[in-house]
Amino acid sequence: MAMSDFQSSIDASIARNRGRRPWIERVPPAYWVLAILLLVMPGFASNFVLYQIFGWTFILGIIASSLMFLAGYGGMVSLAQMTFAGVAGYMVAIFGDSAIDTISQGWPWYITIPLALLVAVLFATIVGWLAVRTAGIYTIMITLAVAAAFFYFARQNYEVFNGFTGFQSVSPPQLFGVDWQDAVPFYYLTLFWAVAAYFSVLYLSRAPFGLALQGVRDNPRRMGALGYNVTAHRVAAYSFSAILAGIGGILLAWQSGQISPGTVSIQPSIDILVIAVVGGIRHPIGAFIGAFLYVLLKTFAVDVLISLGLDGDRFNLLIGMGFLLVVFFSPDGLLGLWEKAKDRSRRDPLTGRPRE
Amino acid sequence: MTMTEDRSARRLQATGTENALELRGISKLFGALRALEGIDLTVRPGERRAVLGSNGAGKTTLFNCITGDFLPTTGTIRFFGEDVTAFPAHERIRRGLRRTYQISLLFTGLSVIDNIYIACRGVSRGRFSFIRPRRDDALMASAETLVRVVHLEDLKDTLVSSLSYGQQRQLEIAMALAGAPRFILFDEPAAGLSPTERSELVEILLGLPSHMGYIIIEHDMDVALRVADFVTMMHNGRIFKEGKPAEIEEDPEVQTLYLGGGDDA
Ligand SMILES: Nc1ncnc2c1ncn2[C@@H]1O[C@H](COP(=O)(O)OP(=O)(O)OP(=O)(O)O)[C@@H](O)[C@H]1O
Ligand SMILES: [Mg+2]
Repeated sequence: MAMSDFQSSIDASIARNRGRRPWIERVPPAYWVLAILLLVMPGFASNFVLYQIFGWTFILGIIASSLMFLAGYGGMVSLAQMTFAGVAGYMVAIFGDSAIDTISQGWPWYITIPLALLVAVLFATIVGWLAVRTAGIYTIMITLAVAAAFFYFARQNYEVFNGFTGFQSVSPPQLFGVDWQDAVPFYYLTLFWAVAAYFSVLYLSRAPFGLALQGVRDNPRRMGALGYNVTAHRVAAYSFSAILAGIGGILLAWQSGQISPGTVSIQPSIDILVIAVVGGIRHPIGAFIGAFLYVLLKTFAVDVLISLGLDGDRFNLLIGMGFLLVVFFSPDGLLGLWEKAKDRSRRDPLTGRPRE
Repeated sequence: MTMTEDRSARRLQATGTENALELRGISKLFGALRALEGIDLTVRPGERRAVLGSNGAGKTTLFNCITGDFLPTTGTIRFFGEDVTAFPAHERIRRGLRRTYQISLLFTGLSVIDNIYIACRGVSRGRFSFIRPRRDDALMASAETLVRVVHLEDLKDTLVSSLSYGQQRQLEIAMALAGAPRFILFDEPAAGLSPTERSELVEILLGLPSHMGYIIIEHDMDVALRVADFVTMMHNGRIFKEGKPAEIEEDPEVQTLYLGGGDDA
């Protein structure tokens, strides 16, 4: 009796593990190549590339992945993600150190960073609570209004936000004797948080919270009839997105060494949407692809335009056209184009049927 | 110890005497259209009720009012003695009410087992959990059980969008059985099913534990009369006859009205 129980439990565990190789073998080779490339990058890339190109890409990717989470899983398109990021950025400047020592409190990092994230989450929860009562275009309008309101508020408030100039000399703590604002440490710092953001969004897709959110996106009425509080799930999605955006915002303040109303103005808020949509909101990698493209364009397009004898101010036109093209040809962004191309290469060009 | 036993015994007794469902004066207006008018309906715990009526009689609207998908224009709804008239849908579901939809409302981008898992999770704790379920998760296990109840175990990892119509109807039922339902509303579960699928459905319904009452909307008299012990007839938003299946079947008024208006089913 006991023996057969034992045997059947072994059989069950063999059945469970059949076809499951150890996780390390299940990682696709492309991941390995990318991981190794990113890890050894500081060996050959210049400080400019590490700090300005990749550091910035990772930061914008983190903020855009917070939107990817909200829009891709939750179906809520928010223009306030840069604002959530900015709130966290402002809070580290206000509670921590900056050149404006009349306002900055100089508290240690282990208080300011959690506090900054907490304030961003609370702010996002309130915004979410207002925004989830609406859908589609109205959500975009409400969150845009929030972004605009915060921008003007920060610009006009001198007591706490130091108005137009904001805060300069915002820098990361000197932890473990490392200057985290140096190119190589900063590269690894942002890489670490980008990877963390990427995998947490990916992981959540199959956790109850993420599954429920996708259910709410596809069929809110059905979710209510299954016992889910649809409103609460939507608000919680905003709160979680602010953790990601907040991390991105703190890193952004460190990367540019400052935070000011310009960081949270309408333009960067819309840029985050452009990044997420161009990259593709069906998968968190889209946020980083979009961010990389955006940073490349923003860094080099002006030079290219001028060398072609065009006005450098046309840069935004270029981004706008690119946005239109991508959205026109693939509603799923560059990711969607990639998937289409992969699908086509798998099909027989004559019959259009999948090759096996 | 004895105190709590005493109390729980009394509560059991109390729920034993409460009606599962008690509707008083329910009406529902869509603009000028009276979809429901002065509906009084009482269903005892464990009772199996069939609601019959021609297209547009208001049967689905009645379900929507009971589950909270819509709020009724007037009237009160009691579920096991508790006034749930103003409760949002999820609060009613958490009290043991379940439903299926006439037109399947499923998550077509997810697999069969994930759909059932979402249903199980909806009526348990941890709806906001950030941790992925393990293979031996208790809710996963109950999802696995339900997938067998509706005979979809071979398709459990299939995307719902690639299921046949009949299989999607089965899945609807599995999702309504998630958690510990006390009362279920089935909205035309047999519509569009093949004869074999129909008899499978009847088997599933008859196999439900006896304390689990339900209301079933069904156009097919044969199915309805086999799975129900009481019948309510609706017409133009009103209830016009209630009785035992045999009485209803023989009623001349029902025969003219229902068989006359129901031949489109
Ligand atoms: N959301 C709605 N908005 C407006 N009118 C509605 C709505 N839902 C139902 N109705 C109307 O209410 C009436 C009753 O509809 P209901 O769906 O309850 O009928 P039913 O008895 O379920 O019919 P069927 O047998 O076709 O399913 C119909 O005239 C229908 O057009
Ligand atoms: Mg109906």
